[in-house]
Amino acid sequence: MAVYKKTYRPYGGGLTPAWRRFLVIPRYAFEDLHRSRFLTIFYIASFLFPLVCALIIYVQHNASALGLFGAQNANRLISINVVFFLTVLGWQSMLALFLASFVGPGQISPDLANNALSLYLARPFSRAEYVLGKMTVLVVLLSCMTWVPGLLLFGLEGYLEGWQWMADHWRFAYGIFVGAWIWILVLSLLALALSAWVKWKPAAGALMFGVFFVAGGFGATIDGVQRTNWGNLLNISYLIGSVWKHLFEGSNPTTNGAVFFRAPLGEELPLGWSWVTLAGLCGVCLYLLARKIRATEVVR
Amino acid sequence: MSYREVMSPIVELDGLEVRFGSRSVLKQLRASLTGRAIGLLGPNGAGKSTLLNTLLGFHQPFSGTARVFGRDVRTHAAEVRSLIGFMPENDAFIAGMSGVRFVRLMAELAGLPPADALERAHEAFFYVGLGEVRYRALGTYSLGMKQMAKLAQAIAHGPKLLFLDEPTNGLDPPARTRMIQLIQEIRDRGDLHLILSSHLLRDVEECCDQVLILKDGNVAAFCNLEEERRMNRRFLEIETRGGMNGNFLEAMEKLGCETAAGAQGRIKVILPEDVQVRRLYEIAAREDVQIRRLNHKRDSLEDIFLKAMDSKTEGSANGRL
Repeated sequence: MAVYKKTYRPYGGGLTPAWRRFLVIPRYAFEDLHRSRFLTIFYIASFLFPLVCALIIYVQHNASALGLFGAQNANRLISINVVFFLTVLGWQSMLALFLASFVGPGQISPDLANNALSLYLARPFSRAEYVLGKMTVLVVLLSCMTWVPGLLLFGLEGYLEGWQWMADHWRFAYGIFVGAWIWILVLSLLALALSAWVKWKPAAGALMFGVFFVAGGFGATIDGVQRTNWGNLLNISYLIGSVWKHLFEGSNPTTNGAVFFRAPLGEELPLGWSWVTLAGLCGVCLYLLARKIRATEVVR
Repeated sequence: MSYREVMSPIVELDGLEVRFGSRSVLKQLRASLTGRAIGLLGPNGAGKSTLLNTLLGFHQPFSGTARVFGRDVRTHAAEVRSLIGFMPENDAFIAGMSGVRFVRLMAELAGLPPADALERAHEAFFYVGLGEVRYRALGTYSLGMKQMAKLAQAIAHGPKLLFLDEPTNGLDPPARTRMIQLIQEIRDRGDLHLILSSHLLRDVEECCDQVLILKDGNVAAFCNLEEERRMNRRFLEIETRGGMNGNFLEAMEKLGCETAAGAQGRIKVILPEDVQVRRLYEIAAREDVQIRRLNHKRDSLEDIFLKAMDSKTEGSANGRL
């Protein structure tokens, strides 16, 4: 209908399947994020480290390339092992924290600031779908930064080393995929919960770092004063690091976790506590979201 | 549109009770709303918005049921919401988003494919008179423009039932007139039903054919304005001069009229169905009485509302006047 016919008319066209309507939210969010020059540059820059790692893997397996630089024995300096992949995951996960601190706070707070939630939820669209849609924004962005490049590097190494290497080191791929997903889940829920409760975006972003670093520092203080390791339960980087160690190496770890996500040998807590604490953190975030994501505020 | 479609209930309330904590906000509401345009009237805090929010599934009924187009709002919430367009009372928008993009987003969430949603968003903006500002961020809109943008998002997906919660709030007289015109136009096209919640009697009177009046969470009155208007056509108020009013009254009563004489020649008359007004003039001429003024006295919505506010309502009353 032409716009000059300014009259109301009912809609008679088709409808999209209900199950995929939550994907409308990330589509709009990506359009908005794409407009931010800083974010685009940061996002592109976050792929530099995986690129360097890919180069290292390539050079490791290419003696002639090493010869060009006159460093035939350089392949002994860096080994493509569990530390290498944990380092990749650690670096990328730290960048993911920065990205989540930048993107996360702007997800829910603009909807809450002017009561737009009542309009979202007045449609055949549930609170769970709303949260899922918002979470998808972060999950997609953070996945592309963490497990996707991690698995590509694993695939490259496997391609150059041979299938046997892949079969022998399947745990690396498993650790990268599951470990990154755990981190993404924690980060996304934390970012959304803070976005829902803290309307001022810079404050919500700062709080993300606060939860990560300040709580960790507080835990370290408890450890130091009480001469215990239980303060690590407040340290998200420790919790994630200990879970990653288990995912990468099983029950006999040989490393101190990943860069930025250290769980030093000899300072371990029972692994179950790490899982329970992370699950508890996710539960608290979901509770906070459930309290805030409502169409109307009810004054009791 | 068939008679059955017109008369089948749009909203049915059957002992609906909604509580916030221990406080009962809606108390055992019973009503069957069938009108094309239904007004929800009541003083502030009467439960109008709570009723709309309950029909949208925002609040769970404590007891009783509410059905929209025959679907229970508790068990078929998503289905019910797919039929509804909602214009909330308070500001509701995303400040940084342009108007047309916001309406498009809302239409897509209602299930429209992106291309259709975009087309409808543009149309809706032109329809409400904001075509020229549709690319401006919603945060920069005036209050009146925000109200119109809320109406645009409520109608863009082509709902079957439109909830308008205080649509003229904060509008200046020209903007209010425009809003009322739009509502009347939407109503008269006959494609959808609408429920208009307001504490402004004039808005409801101008737009609605049925009124549910709430008071303290109870149904204080439920009336069909069209029927009331028809009935009230038989009520007359006459001002007379000269002659013997007593004879004139007697003659009218012989015709079957009910009369009540007031001061200074004023008489209230209820005409029987089969008596035409001209018969009164004939009698007046015969009795040498001048009829100086004759008004069809009708209960205005204000009268109905005031009666409802004065009456003691029972929790389970149908509240018919």
